[in-house]
Amino acid sequence: MAHAVYHVEHDDPEGSKIGMWLFIFTELLLFGGLFIIYSVYRYLNQEAFHLAAEELNTATGTVNTVILLVSSMTMAMSTTSLRKNQKKMTLGLLTTTFVLGLIFLVNKYVEWGVKFHHGIFPGSESMKELMGQGEILFFGLYFTMTGLHALHIVVGMVIMGFAFVDVRRGKVDANRASLLENAGLYWHLVDLIWIFLFPLFYLIT
Amino acid sequence: MKNEEHQVVPYRTYAMILLLLLGLTFLSVAITRIELGRLTVAGALILASVKATLVLAYFMHLKFDKPYIRIMVAFVFLMFAAVLAVTMLDYVFIR
Repeated sequence: MAHAVYHVEHDDPEGSKIGMWLFIFTELLLFGGLFIIYSVYRYLNQEAFHLAAEELNTATGTVNTVILLVSSMTMAMSTTSLRKNQKKMTLGLLTTTFVLGLIFLVNKYVEWGVKFHHGIFPGSESMKELMGQGEILFFGLYFTMTGLHALHIVVGMVIMGFAFVDVRRGKVDANRASLLENAGLYWHLVDLIWIFLFPLFYLIT
Repeated sequence: MKNEEHQVVPYRTYAMILLLLLGLTFLSVAITRIELGRLTVAGALILASVKATLVLAYFMHLKFDKPYIRIMVAFVFLMFAAVLAVTMLDYVFIR
């Protein structure tokens, strides 16, 4: 007995949660900086931002908001089903969330595609000819912030993929739910950022 | 053993929160259709903040977490608000 080596796998749900939140704080500050830039430029170029925002399609933005909100709910529900030991339900809900994320990205792709087609993209010559400084700033921020957000959607889907595999293998279950819960926290963060991007770019004209 | 009673949030709660979030989204779309000038901006941002609070409290489980996590999160948001406010003071009063 004295020579037996016990390898106790260290499991600390509370520690994982705090770690995830600390990481989320850095994400909030990353986007926070961009939101401050937006506020300052909007204040300095009120007319131009008003005009430029009219170019964005509110319907597309609203549809994407609805998709993200629903996906956040299915993600949250997957943690409930895991706690209830309903493995199939958990996997189904995760798949649904993943597909919703994919639809969001497709919409974004189409939306950006239309903008590119109209000559609105970073570094576009026609923008320099047709638009003022303020409108160019608006679209610069639009592409940077929604682009960075879309990148976070992709990362969220990758983390979701890892959670899916481990739930299926049984490495993540009702007693060891940290990976799925942290994947959920990350996904809700992405939702949280979109909740502010949507009115700032699509609604306030 | 650490088998502390983990609060399992019922599906119903999440569904109700989603309905609230969708309602607030459509409300903000409707409100910004009306030309109210500066009030439009304020209205849209207030509704967004309410939505964000719902996501943080229910989807991100803060309502069921220990108080110190809530305090940490609140502190980060307050710090962001302070930095934003100080930055805007510069532009509003100095220029």
